[in-house]
Amino acid sequence: MGARGVSAVITCADVTLTHGRRPAVHHVSGRFEAGSLTAIVGPNGAGKSTLLRAIAGLHPTVEGVLKAPREGIALLPQAAALDRQFPISCLDVVMLGHWARCGAFRALRAAEQQAARRALAAVGLEGFEARPVGALSVGQFQRVLFARLLVQDAPVILLDEPFNAVDARTAQDLLALVARWHGEGRTVLAVLHDLDLVRQHFPQTLLLAREPVAWGPTEEALSPANRLKARMMSESWDEAAEPCARAA
Amino acid sequence: MLSLAVDLLWSPFAEFGFLRRALVGCLALSLAAPPLGVFLVLRRMSLTADVLAHGILPGIAVGFLVAGLSVTAMSIGGLVAGMVVAVGAGAVSRATGGREDAALAALYLVALALGVTLISTRAGSVELSHLLFGSVLGVDDPALFLMAGVASLTLLVLSFAWRPLVLECFDPGFAAAARARGGLWHMVFLGLLVLNVLAAFQALGTLMAVGLMMLPAVAARHWGRSVGGLAAAAVGIALFSSLAGLLLSYHLDLPTGPAIVLVAGGAWVVSVLAGPVDGVLPRLLRRPHLAG
Repeated sequence: MGARGVSAVITCADVTLTHGRRPAVHHVSGRFEAGSLTAIVGPNGAGKSTLLRAIAGLHPTVEGVLKAPREGIALLPQAAALDRQFPISCLDVVMLGHWARCGAFRALRAAEQQAARRALAAVGLEGFEARPVGALSVGQFQRVLFARLLVQDAPVILLDEPFNAVDARTAQDLLALVARWHGEGRTVLAVLHDLDLVRQHFPQTLLLAREPVAWGPTEEALSPANRLKARMMSESWDEAAEPCARAA
Repeated sequence: MLSLAVDLLWSPFAEFGFLRRALVGCLALSLAAPPLGVFLVLRRMSLTADVLAHGILPGIAVGFLVAGLSVTAMSIGGLVAGMVVAVGAGAVSRATGGREDAALAALYLVALALGVTLISTRAGSVELSHLLFGSVLGVDDPALFLMAGVASLTLLVLSFAWRPLVLECFDPGFAAAARARGGLWHMVFLGLLVLNVLAAFQALGTLMAVGLMMLPAVAARHWGRSVGGLAAAAVGIALFSSLAGLLLSYHLDLPTGPAIVLVAGGAWVVSVLAGPVDGVLPRLLRRPHLAG
């Protein structure tokens, strides 16, 4: 998707992200190549979501330099963050994907509505256009959000635990879309917990445990030694923690 | 039959100018305030309107101390106080991580007490009750212009801001990622809210100013399945409440503001019982479930 002239590479140089003074994740260095498909795995509290939010420009970088495109990034947050009882139809949710091009005021053209309908059909929800999202199952709602990602047509796509709480068939269908995006040359990052799924479908893996443990081809990154190292990350923070000695 | 209907529904307005003015003012409020109420309900901010309505009282009191019962002075005071409370409530909400209800309840009690104290230093119980409970039938020209102007401005801004407001309401995370400036639109929305509370205050007083904003919005939840549908239903309920409330108060000699709010309350009860969306009666009417 270099067509829009956006560099889809994301580079991190000694990036530190914090909640208050506590590091969510610190000293991340490396790059997500354009067109790469990377899984981000690690224990809860490892800083995975915070890293995605920072790449999307929603979390400040405290130290280091995070270079990501200013535009053309689509983020799928964890599903729990949304009010599913909101009175809005599936088609309207998908149409929100046009926001980057239409903004707050421009009227949506018939072609754009057609694109939204096609996206709903592509996620297997043909005929759901007028249905309120409150009437959907968790899996169907996740399909709607993927349809919105399709409409967004962004060169960089960030997925935060996209397959949590969806059934196997939905996960398979949505994975097919991820593979399609990869085939189209988009840069895709996904936070995941299912290591078998990561091994099968994601060529690259970043293993995080508040700092990068391993980053590279999935088999190497998920070696038993690396996974053990990630598991050693203390879940609770150290009350007496000193300022980090590895200052840039 | 027809003449009876004319006597009951038409003659009061034909006969009395103050009733006509009250009707026009209330209809203006009914067009603009309920859609704002719908957004408040959807954002789980139903309490905020009440806090604003009480929060403007100290400002109105200062205006009253300076210039007496002048719409201009009281409105300027109320506007300043309202914006302070709106921004303050937002700051409280951020500082408490969204669990703002306790702090807001504290805020509005303090504002109410402060306002009543300020007013009582200079005024008797007649003025005090005028400010607390409003006087729909005493709406004068400046108040009427204020209500109509606020209603027009609100409808105009809403027609532009509808899409960002719905987005910010439904999916603030997406709005932030899409750089939709959700915070800015929220401030615009709060500004409209303060203006509408001020306009409603002219007729209904501080204690019931949000009656025409919140009751129709809460009732509308049982009548619509889209934000637009909810807003339309809420406006409909508010228009009906204004008209019916004024007529009831005229024929039965009831206090006007409370009569209007009571009709809106009745509409809410009917909606809860019989509304097609999640109403009690439709749930009791057990129909066989569908095959698929």
